Amino acid sequence: MTMSTRSDTGPGHADLPALLNRLSGDEKHSFAAHSTLDVLWVLYDRVLSVTPQNTGDPKRDRFLLSKGHGPMAHYAVLAAKGFFDTDLLDGWGGFDSPLGFHPDRVLVPGVEIGSGSLGHGLPLAVGTALGLRAQGYTRSRVVVLIGDAELEEGSNHEAIALAGRLGLDRLTTVVVDNMSSTHGWPGGIGERFAREGWAQHTVDGHDHDLLREALTDTRADQPLAVVARVAERGADV
Amino acid sequence: MTPLARIPRPTAMVPTKSMRETFVDTVAGELDGDPRLAVVLAEISADRFTEVAERYPERVINVGIREQALIGVAGGLSLTGMRPVVHTITPFLVERPFEQIKLDLNHQSAGAVLVSTGASYDYPAAGRTHMAPGDVALLDTLPDWTVHVPGHPAEVPAMLRTAFAADGLVYIRLSERGNAEALAEGPEFRTIRHGREGVVLAVGPMLRPVLAATAMLDVTVLYAATVRPFDAAGLRAAALSASPDVVLVEPYLRGTSSHLVEDALSALPHRVHALGVSRDAELRAYGTAEQHEAAHGLGPTEIAASVRRFLGARSA
Repeated sequence: MTMSTRSDTGPGHADLPALLNRLSGDEKHSFAAHSTLDVLWVLYDRVLSVTPQNTGDPKRDRFLLSKGHGPMAHYAVLAAKGFFDTDLLDGWGGFDSPLGFHPDRVLVPGVEIGSGSLGHGLPLAVGTALGLRAQGYTRSRVVVLIGDAELEEGSNHEAIALAGRLGLDRLTTVVVDNMSSTHGWPGGIGERFAREGWAQHTVDGHDHDLLREALTDTRADQPLAVVARVAERGADV
Repeated sequence: MTPLARIPRPTAMVPTKSMRETFVDTVAGELDGDPRLAVVLAEISADRFTEVAERYPERVINVGIREQALIGVAGGLSLTGMRPVVHTITPFLVERPFEQIKLDLNHQSAGAVLVSTGASYDYPAAGRTHMAPGDVALLDTLPDWTVHVPGHPAEVPAMLRTAFAADGLVYIRLSERGNAEALAEGPEFRTIRHGREGVVLAVGPMLRPVLAATAMLDVTVLYAATVRPFDAAGLRAAALSASPDVVLVEPYLRGTSSHLVEDALSALPHRVHALGVSRDAELRAYGTAEQHEAAHGLGPTEIAASVRRFLGARSA
């Protein structure tokens, strides 16, 4: 595992555990939260051009958390990157807190979609990529994160086929694979995407350098899938 | 009876261009001038958009037979600042991807213009799978929707242009059924005829059978081509100047707007009688739209009998 140690003045990767600790009270979702932490950090720290300063820029890169039941890591990364005050982390899930157990884009700065019901992020990401393309923002990237069990939702397969056929090369799907899909994916998750015309990589979901390499390996006329393998659900933390 | 306005004569005359054709023509024209506009299709009507799709391949998107993606893609387009216009047959637009409507549009605070065709039973030979009388009732479980139910093809372009220029959530329910002439002038209910014994509120294409049914009755006839928001003030004024006995005639699920009629008249003693597509049983029949209309009590004869019974029961 490689820890990213950029010399920014703000909090770094090493500060994330402390931020996560402030998000107490959601034990049942903790595995999901931690399985995504490294991917999220690499995306915000080393891949995407999205900052608290450009959230209103129509040309910004976009990260869509489809697997909304694991928002703790996302909140921690957004707080570390300055999208909102770290003090907000303490009251999460409370009536007046903008931070819920599932995120709401209307309430949280830097959150691009509200999610929680599985299978919505990827079709939304396809539409986002199409909207950016139609407006000539051909450099803006759209990255959506889903889970290997979430992949079971049929809506994803509508979107995977569509994005492949439309050649949405600014679209990337990260599948965090903690082997929690009940019926599994014969041939591997990457194969599901490759069959529909996507470029794909399967990498260690905790290795920052490998993740960065995979996430930046975009191809002309092909969307990109990155399968980030993490410990089996229930085996970590 | 004191007819103040010219009473439109109900006829069975079929308009030369359907609502659906008018929709296609209007969208094609507006794509030229509005770079925000994007059309999202799921095969249905795609053949009618072939020419504009060639001109604007990035703004006329056929997702194939994928109705969940249809709404999800529209939500994503909207999040980037585009104005998506989403179209297919009623059940596939509203019922099949209903959670996408709730979450990918409403919950994201993303706007869109949904345009259905087929109404409640426009393709009766196709059977239950192609009928969606519950569409407006379903959307009524969500906030912020403007709902238009045009009664004539010539009413459609203005509704579309207003919807395109806005940012919110708009549902336009096109039908093969229609009235003899275009009468919608805006979002308010329009008084077609003044009377004293009661108020009959006819929604969209229901005006034609309502006018035939009430020709010999001393009732006010209101016409609604926009039902959300609901013109409570217009209904209240009509009830006060006629009588607070209101018959609501809707071309979709019976009583869909009853709660809004009740709210509008809450300050005065009143009675409400709702007509619409039956909730009691699934009508397992094919045939013609006229036969379905009659079976649901929405033909001129059935409406006339029902209104007479309701008004006659007042003093009982």
